[in-house]
Amino acid sequence: MNAIETRSLSKRYGRTRALDGCTLAIPAERVVALVGPNGAGKTTLLHLAVGLASPTDGSITVLGGALPGSNDALQRIGFVAQDTPLYKNLSIADTLRLVANLSASWDEASARTHLSRLEIPLDRKVGQLSGGQQAQVSLAVALGRHPELLVLDEPVARLDPLARHDFMAILMAAVAEEGISVLFSSHVVSELERVCDYLVVLNHGKVQVAGDVEELLESHRIFTGPTADAAAAAASLLVVQAQQGDRQTSLLARTAPEFTPPEGWAVGPTNLEELVLAYLRSGTATSLPGPRPSNSEMRASA
Amino acid sequence: MVIDKAVDGASIVFRLDPGSGVPTYQQIVRQVQHALRLGYLEPGDRLPTVKEVVAALAINPNTVLKAYRELEHKGLVAGRPGQGTFVEGTLEVVPLRDQQTLQKGLARWLDTALEAGLDPEGITALFTSALNDRTQQPSLGKAPRERGAGHTAAAS
Repeated sequence: MNAIETRSLSKRYGRTRALDGCTLAIPAERVVALVGPNGAGKTTLLHLAVGLASPTDGSITVLGGALPGSNDALQRIGFVAQDTPLYKNLSIADTLRLVANLSASWDEASARTHLSRLEIPLDRKVGQLSGGQQAQVSLAVALGRHPELLVLDEPVARLDPLARHDFMAILMAAVAEEGISVLFSSHVVSELERVCDYLVVLNHGKVQVAGDVEELLESHRIFTGPTADAAAAAASLLVVQAQQGDRQTSLLARTAPEFTPPEGWAVGPTNLEELVLAYLRSGTATSLPGPRPSNSEMRASA
Repeated sequence: MVIDKAVDGASIVFRLDPGSGVPTYQQIVRQVQHALRLGYLEPGDRLPTVKEVVAALAINPNTVLKAYRELEHKGLVAGRPGQGTFVEGTLEVVPLRDQQTLQKGLARWLDTALEAGLDPEGITALFTSALNDRTQQPSLGKAPRERGAGHTAAAS
């Protein structure tokens, strides 16, 4: 089953193309990071997935064919919006009561367990909590609905390192325990490698990279060698990004795992942050599942 | 001082070094092996559950599963359905006499390297590179000294 499937999905706001022909098949029971610069279309894609917006063109389904916004989809999806909007004047206990009355299925015990573990007092007003605690409350509420798919928009962007760690720990424990699918957007790339196992890179409204994190890291390597031979080496590789000094050049390229580097070139592994930044900088290179893009397209930046 | 106790009697806790460049699952594998060598873990001990590790380190559950699968593959641990993952094998410590012989061999090699004009940094780089070549190609390297139950139980 796919958690999210889109076909030539586009969304325009007036003359702005927020999403432009995105085709994706994100498998279920994965922790998916959606990354890209500001304005890449991340929030738009998330809103389309949860039914807060409808496509201008193309189609999107969730959890094996359900239409976003349908009753079926609404009950199976949890959504934590950017800046974790909660009613600031309600106490935590009242917030829980509100959600209990608005949700078809609600596990009060689970929500309370999370909150007590975090030592968040139930009689406190939401507005009196720190940003980190408000984020925790949103997550506890979302998890209390036992969603099959949990969608989070920039969940940790404003959290301090400790709150960020605690937030991700609870989220990952829920994944381990209940096997939920998670899709979250982020522009903090450095911490993703520990958390996500599937990556989608959006850039200018288009999907630039989509795939299993381990496979992506396996299929990309850094080649370092003399600049004089760089053109020849690049010709035999699918170069994503080339960084050239007068004498030494390093190429981040997509390769088969058994590929032997050209004579005089050293090869080494890359990491997720480096890989994401290379794709975003190159702008045109893509790494998508299915048929490989043509060589000329991949070599655009070499 | 606040001491975070490991939950439900797990014998060890893991820690991560994000700057080490070592993949997370490998760090877990190494820490279990290290604990076995030092005697913190013995056959019959239960490893922390996936959920415990995930909740402590905020990492993807698949990473822990991958580490435990690798340990299982090495015959060091085995999963018992519904109970957890338990230590089965031990890591044999290389006897002191063997270590001394090895060190003598290394000292001779170091003499040769110094005579050839390598400085300590160059020697370290060369050694690390040779070691990496070996460990990245397991078929060429010597199998690690392991004495385990020898079976590779199917991953649950």
